[in-house]
Amino acid sequence: MSKTVISVRNLTKRFGNFTAVNNISFDVYRGEIFGFLGANGAGKTTAMRMLCGLSYPTSGSGTVAGFDITREGEMIKRHIGYMSQRFSLYNDLTVGENIKLFAAIYGLSKQNTGKRTDELLDRLNFSSERNTLVGSLPLGWKQKLAFAIATVHRPEVVFLDEPTSGVDPITRRQFWEMIYEAAEGGTTIFVTTHYMDEAEYCSRVSIMVDGEVRALDTPARLQQQFAAESMNEVFRTLARDAERGE
Amino acid sequence: MLIVMLIPVILMVMFGFAISTEVNNINIAVVAPERTGAVKDVVGRIAHNDYFTFYGYIDQDQIDKKLRSGKVSVVAVFASNFDRRMEQISAGLPSKPVIQFIVDASNVNTASASIAYLQSILPGTASQQAMFETRMLFNPQMKSAYNFVPGIMGLIFILVCAIMTSVSIVREKEVGTMEVLLVSPVRPVKIVFAKMIPYFVISCVILVMILLLAHYLLDVPMSGGVWGIFSLSLLYLFLSLSLGLLISTVTKTQVAALLISAMVMLVPVLLLSGIIFPIENFPKFFELLSNIIPARWYIAAIRKMMIQGAALAAVWKEGTVLLGMTAVFIGVSLKKFNDKLE
Amino acid sequence: MRTFIVLLQKEFTQIRRNSFLPKLIVAFPVIVMLIAPLLMTMDVRNVNVAIVDLDRSTTSHRIVSHIKASEYLSFVGATAEFDLALRDLEKGKVDVIVQIPNYFERDMAVATAEKISITANAVNAIKALIGTQYLVQTIARTVVELRGEKSPNQLSELVTVQNRFNPTLNYRHYMIPALMIMIFILMCGFLPALSIVGEKETGTMEQINVTPVSRLTFILSKLLPYWITGIFVLTMAMIVAHLVYGLIPVGSVGLIYFGAVLFILIISGFSLTVANFSDTMQQTMFVMFFFIMIFMLMSGLLTPIDSMPAWAQKITFILPPRYFVDILRSVYLKGTSFAEQWYNFAALGVFTVIFNILAAVTYRKQA
Repeated sequence: MSKTVISVRNLTKRFGNFTAVNNISFDVYRGEIFGFLGANGAGKTTAMRMLCGLSYPTSGSGTVAGFDITREGEMIKRHIGYMSQRFSLYNDLTVGENIKLFAAIYGLSKQNTGKRTDELLDRLNFSSERNTLVGSLPLGWKQKLAFAIATVHRPEVVFLDEPTSGVDPITRRQFWEMIYEAAEGGTTIFVTTHYMDEAEYCSRVSIMVDGEVRALDTPARLQQQFAAESMNEVFRTLARDAERGE
Repeated sequence: MLIVMLIPVILMVMFGFAISTEVNNINIAVVAPERTGAVKDVVGRIAHNDYFTFYGYIDQDQIDKKLRSGKVSVVAVFASNFDRRMEQISAGLPSKPVIQFIVDASNVNTASASIAYLQSILPGTASQQAMFETRMLFNPQMKSAYNFVPGIMGLIFILVCAIMTSVSIVREKEVGTMEVLLVSPVRPVKIVFAKMIPYFVISCVILVMILLLAHYLLDVPMSGGVWGIFSLSLLYLFLSLSLGLLISTVTKTQVAALLISAMVMLVPVLLLSGIIFPIENFPKFFELLSNIIPARWYIAAIRKMMIQGAALAAVWKEGTVLLGMTAVFIGVSLKKFNDKLE
Repeated sequence: MRTFIVLLQKEFTQIRRNSFLPKLIVAFPVIVMLIAPLLMTMDVRNVNVAIVDLDRSTTSHRIVSHIKASEYLSFVGATAEFDLALRDLEKGKVDVIVQIPNYFERDMAVATAEKISITANAVNAIKALIGTQYLVQTIARTVVELRGEKSPNQLSELVTVQNRFNPTLNYRHYMIPALMIMIFILMCGFLPALSIVGEKETGTMEQINVTPVSRLTFILSKLLPYWITGIFVLTMAMIVAHLVYGLIPVGSVGLIYFGAVLFILIISGFSLTVANFSDTMQQTMFVMFFFIMIFMLMSGLLTPIDSMPAWAQKITFILPPRYFVDILRSVYLKGTSFAEQWYNFAALGVFTVIFNILAAVTYRKQA
């Protein structure tokens, strides 16, 4: 097995009496596309926010890219990319300005920024849109751009929180091609989604129910284990006895 | 939501007590070359007056410093051989001025009030005052609150209501739920009113609390009848909500809606509606301009009803203007709404 | 450093692209400075006087003509019936009614003579008070004059008044510094809070929080544009005050800028703190609105602190604008020096430290 990039042990997050994430443990390895599945409210986003250094765990521990999630949040941030379910680039800045901004934030030098911008725009076929305001792009384009920007500094891990929600199937397809491309380049992808067909693209999948990880394996083995035809069926079997509703 | 109701109430209480233009506690220093009996007599009169606080005797060369540092607001400078001159005066002989008041006029109001007070304190003015019988109608205790409470009500209602409605509607626009509502078969009028009703209810609660506070805590009389005041205030609340609605139709983002309803509106309402600065002092053009500020009409009417004891019928003019303005705001907003649909 | 510069560029680009902000930043202070001083006067002038003349004597005619001549009083009309005048007073057409009793001229010298009655609408207490005082003086002077007494024998006539620092008693000069502070409070108070909460609502804030950018860098990049705006606004306001109202600071301009810088730091730090605590625009706005109203109405900007009840005066000590109002007015109008105002500057300094530490501490990237 290759190098461990994310390692989580007994991670728990409570908000008052509510346990959003309950004692989860797992490992993610370099170059994997790790699917983090669960119904709405299962605790996916909370878990992911702890891994990204946005939120402190109540108990338990974890490392991301070799740094402790409780104590070294700021170090983690240098080595990861993040794209949230809400589209979160600056709508009132142009495509080029957004890339430049995040490149600078991640410490790319001026020369590198220029090179990287051309490279990204080229890969996205966006070169003509460099001076377009992001706000006026269609949603699918925005999401692709957001992904590109999340990888602008070639991070070790990219966290994607429901990156394709609300996007048309063709763009989703293209989006996944970009994910594959990044993974082949050695970037680890940590992705949450509720599209079960997308789960089948992942190298390994974990399924969260009521704040706990109920299943974790490759999609093929999970289907085998649950005697299911598709990931969708696996998911439904697990989600059936969920207590937290939609 | 609690905060929305608490804020106006707290503001009302604080401002009701604290906003005042009553001039008192004026610090006065005295420069007197000789502290004779006659001088001490005049100084004693000043020191015993409620409006003044006697700072002490100072030297001629300290005058400027004391005034500039704000330690005192007035310096009374007595002429040398004050006693002898006073004798001449009482003998009916002409004399040069015997006292000079040097006033810190950077605060104009305090300056002119101090002089007015001082002149009525000086010996020899008693016979003048005896000629008059003065009545202070509606506000015999000369309380500032009487003048400011209606003003503060007018200010708080319009701002709070406009902020609430404009922001909540623009928020729906930003999030996109407004579109969903607008494409539904429900008529825009209904959507708009449905949005306004909860805020109207909240405003009514605020209104009741403020009226209770004004009466029981700030002792503002409601001599014109509570129902008249209440119904006119309801109309004003409705107007303020409609104004918020209008703002929401011309802005796209919450930030813009907020800036318009809280920041841009605050200044004209505060300055043009006669809350603090009397409208009759305005240059002609602005006196006319103030007519388009709804708060101006409301405040004028409420002052009449709360303090002068006028009945609702006596403020029909103000009421009609407010009603007309409401109609315009609603009309324009609905038109804007419909335009967007097409 | 490069991160900071790029972040700063981003802020300026965003302000520039906003359809509303640039106009607001330029137009708001200029318009307010141009117009507001015309409106902010509490001078008691044009007190409307109605006369009920029951005497119809030479004396009463003389009184009327003196009232007409007074620059503070304006004569509305004479009626024979008090009730008619009272009705006008209730409508707001008349501020003060003077009733000269029957046989006033004849009985004037007698101690038991019927008195002149002055009835004032005291809803606006200060106006009633000063207006009445003017009337009393005007009438008394007329009577003294008619009695044929050659020389003034009233001490009050032998008093001269020297109005320091504002010899023409121009209310505008008193209010212009206050206006500048009002503009500061509004611009530097609302704008940074809105800009931060705006990023929270759209989600870009979270995007920034997940990057390695340091808290200080980000906060500074948010605040610096508004500090610059504040200084720009002050300069514009001072130019307008000079060109339009001929008001030039008597004291040191450097001192004004020094105070202004401290004040801007306080207000923007405060604004940031509020933004850190709130998640939605509406919440931020109500909280800011609450404090801004208190800042504007309770720190001596519009009505003097000395007129407030004791408990309210105590509250004003925790309001930063209170100190700046004092500084700006004294330096602008009286030419007060730093040595005479050090305590106000010290207070501002303390607030600057408090609010900015608070802003930095309450901004969390990781919760």
